[in-house]
Amino acid sequence: MSLYSYMAWRNIWRNPRRSLLTMGAIAFATVILIFMLSLQFGNYSTIIDSVVKMRTGHLQVQATGYQENRDIHLAVADPSQVAATLDRAPEVSGFTFRAHAFALVSSDNRSYGTVVTGISDRELTTSSLARTISEGRFLTEDEGAQALVGNILAKNLRVKPGDEVALLGQGLDGSVAATIVTVRGILSSGQDQFDRVSFYIPLPYFQELFGMGEAVHEIVVIAERLEDVAGLKQRLEEEVAGDTGRALRVLDWKELSPGLLEAITLDLMTGFLFYIVLIVVVAFSISNTFIMAIFERKKELGLMLALGSRPARLTGILFLEYGMLTTLGLAAGILIGCLVTLYFGAYGIQIPGMAEMARHYGVPERVFPQLSFLSVGIGSGLVVGISLCTSLIPVWKVRRLRPVPAMAEG
Amino acid sequence: MLLQLAWRNIWRNPRRTILILAAVTIAVWSMVFSSALMRGIADQMVRNGIATLTGHIQIHQQGFRDDPSAAMHMKNPTELKQTLQDHLPPGALFSARVRTNAVASNARHSGGVTLVGIDPDREKKLSFVSSSIISGNYLDAEDPYGIIIGTSLMNSLKTRVGNKLVVMAQDTRQKMSSRAFRITGEYRAELEATEKEFVFITLPAAQNLLKMDEALSEICIVLPDREKVRETAAALARILPKDHEILAWQEMLPLVTATLRLYESIIYLWYLVAFTAMAFGLVNTFLMAVLERIREFGLLRALGMKSRWIIQGVMTESFFLLVIGIALGNALGAISVIGLSHTGIDLSVFAGGTQYWGLPKIIYPVLLASDAILVNGIVLVLGLLVSGYPALKASHFTPVEAMAHT
Repeated sequence: MSLYSYMAWRNIWRNPRRSLLTMGAIAFATVILIFMLSLQFGNYSTIIDSVVKMRTGHLQVQATGYQENRDIHLAVADPSQVAATLDRAPEVSGFTFRAHAFALVSSDNRSYGTVVTGISDRELTTSSLARTISEGRFLTEDEGAQALVGNILAKNLRVKPGDEVALLGQGLDGSVAATIVTVRGILSSGQDQFDRVSFYIPLPYFQELFGMGEAVHEIVVIAERLEDVAGLKQRLEEEVAGDTGRALRVLDWKELSPGLLEAITLDLMTGFLFYIVLIVVVAFSISNTFIMAIFERKKELGLMLALGSRPARLTGILFLEYGMLTTLGLAAGILIGCLVTLYFGAYGIQIPGMAEMARHYGVPERVFPQLSFLSVGIGSGLVVGISLCTSLIPVWKVRRLRPVPAMAEG
Repeated sequence: MLLQLAWRNIWRNPRRTILILAAVTIAVWSMVFSSALMRGIADQMVRNGIATLTGHIQIHQQGFRDDPSAAMHMKNPTELKQTLQDHLPPGALFSARVRTNAVASNARHSGGVTLVGIDPDREKKLSFVSSSIISGNYLDAEDPYGIIIGTSLMNSLKTRVGNKLVVMAQDTRQKMSSRAFRITGEYRAELEATEKEFVFITLPAAQNLLKMDEALSEICIVLPDREKVRETAAALARILPKDHEILAWQEMLPLVTATLRLYESIIYLWYLVAFTAMAFGLVNTFLMAVLERIREFGLLRALGMKSRWIIQGVMTESFFLLVIGIALGNALGAISVIGLSHTGIDLSVFAGGTQYWGLPKIIYPVLLASDAILVNGIVLVLGLLVSGYPALKASHFTPVEAMAHT
């Protein structure tokens, strides 16, 4: 240890109580920031994951305009060509086909209008739909006239597995599409808005019923990792959309659930406003320590100047002191913050009011903070930044210190 | 004497006092302002929810909520209305509705909607519809073929005001019944989900379509005072027949109620966090102030001052500091709340985000007296409590060791 760091170290422990309190404030801010950021990031990845797995997938290939208009005519006429491309792409973990049409669904004494979706057996490799079955079982392509119904819709229709439901819609060519299907299973995703409308039938049966031929509306793609999505999208755009003269379009999850990214940005920004306020309060709390460290040592600093230390040297020592205080506080904060986060990451947190909200947004009722380099990095970065800013004031004061008045004052 | 001494003492080192004052002020301001913001959001959500057809209290046939069909209706509307007229507090408004799931379609497009038959004149006073028309006209009570739909639905059906729209729904005899309407008006709601869901026709037109005669599906009540809702709902439950279900908005808007509870938790957690951040500075500052005055305390003790008085002295200093900080913080908070009370905070840049969370587009902060009192109480009481540590420290110096200290 050099002489200067030794001096700085001794200086910190001249007044251990004060130094500990200062470190405590720094550590406290670090713990809160790491924990809260982990909580937010954890929440976002859960929400994105649930939306992607449950509904949109990471990417979709659609006919241009389908996303906006949901018009049954805007279909992908030859999905097998896209499928061949997807089979070759190593980043693709799974893909499936879906088709949608509006129809009137009626049981013996109740009728509801809803969107009927045709799903293929590939759904099992792509979405979490099969895992939401609460009664009955999942449907298969070759079994024909059968359906999966959301639990609220099933309750409204007063049907259970084994019951028959009539479907009445309009085919691609404008003809009447009518049939009777048997309820095979009930879906309970926990998301009311989803369970109120979902109605699935096998894709081949759907295509026959609505006169779609081989056509589908969505080719839903799940990538191996979220980071692969951007690259995969670009490749697909070149290969698929380019070949068909822009009749097809590739959309990523941000475009498929508009609002989701903005919702996350909004939440993150609100969070940061709170963090900044917290940091400013902490900055004022610790600035006293930094300033006092100079004022009560004016005599000593004056003496050092008189003995020939250059102001830069004094500044260096002061910086070292602040650096040590911040580093110790930060280290303690990171340690405690990580432990707290890991603990709650394993057991989850329940905040009053959160459970109902979670049901609505389709995320687990407990929130699990997710410790990551990002949350630890941003959290400690903010604390180091503010501590540096605070330490600049006294350092600037030292530069104006003159030996004689300083020694006379103390 | 003690007060004057304390007052002088805190201004002995004005720089230090100002720094800690700033910490207290900002902490208090952040508590006041953040609770005002969150209450503002929550209040707006409740208002929007209530104006979007919910009202304060609704009356249905028992079972309507699980099965919102035409078959679930209340058969004696005249009697019911008379009872309400007699028993509701003065100033309360109510409106009768028919409500059921339906399919709206034109030549090429169709969608599932909720069909609401309303009494245009009465509805005007208690829900958002009449004030949200952006093109065309509000419903005319005399027009049995008029229908009002939301902008989102209009876009997805690719239609416009003046066009025909066929509505199909199941009537009381379980038969599908349909009729063509003409779109007379387009409304814009706070949330797109609302625009997509509700279409409005006149009450007689709905009763006719669904073969309900005079029967109603729903009565919506708005009271002059939101605080009286639970009380009034309980009173109605005693008077009305047992096959009627009386629901207060808290039960009808579970998501809003949950959000209110969540925000309440967040507000309290924030109080705790902001206070703790401030407390570190507070304790540290007083510790410094006390330790540099060791000799002085020693002298006071030697002159016969009781240690209790020393504690009192230090606590009084802390009290002054806290009171000034709290006053400044409250003043800043009040200024920010009042300053934003007209313009609000416009979140339309994040329109997609506000839609997703169901938040209002513009937030007007609302400062509740209870929050302000709580903030001030917490900071003052806990602030005094933590400054008890340096105060005790000061009282424990024995005269000799203190005066020997340099």
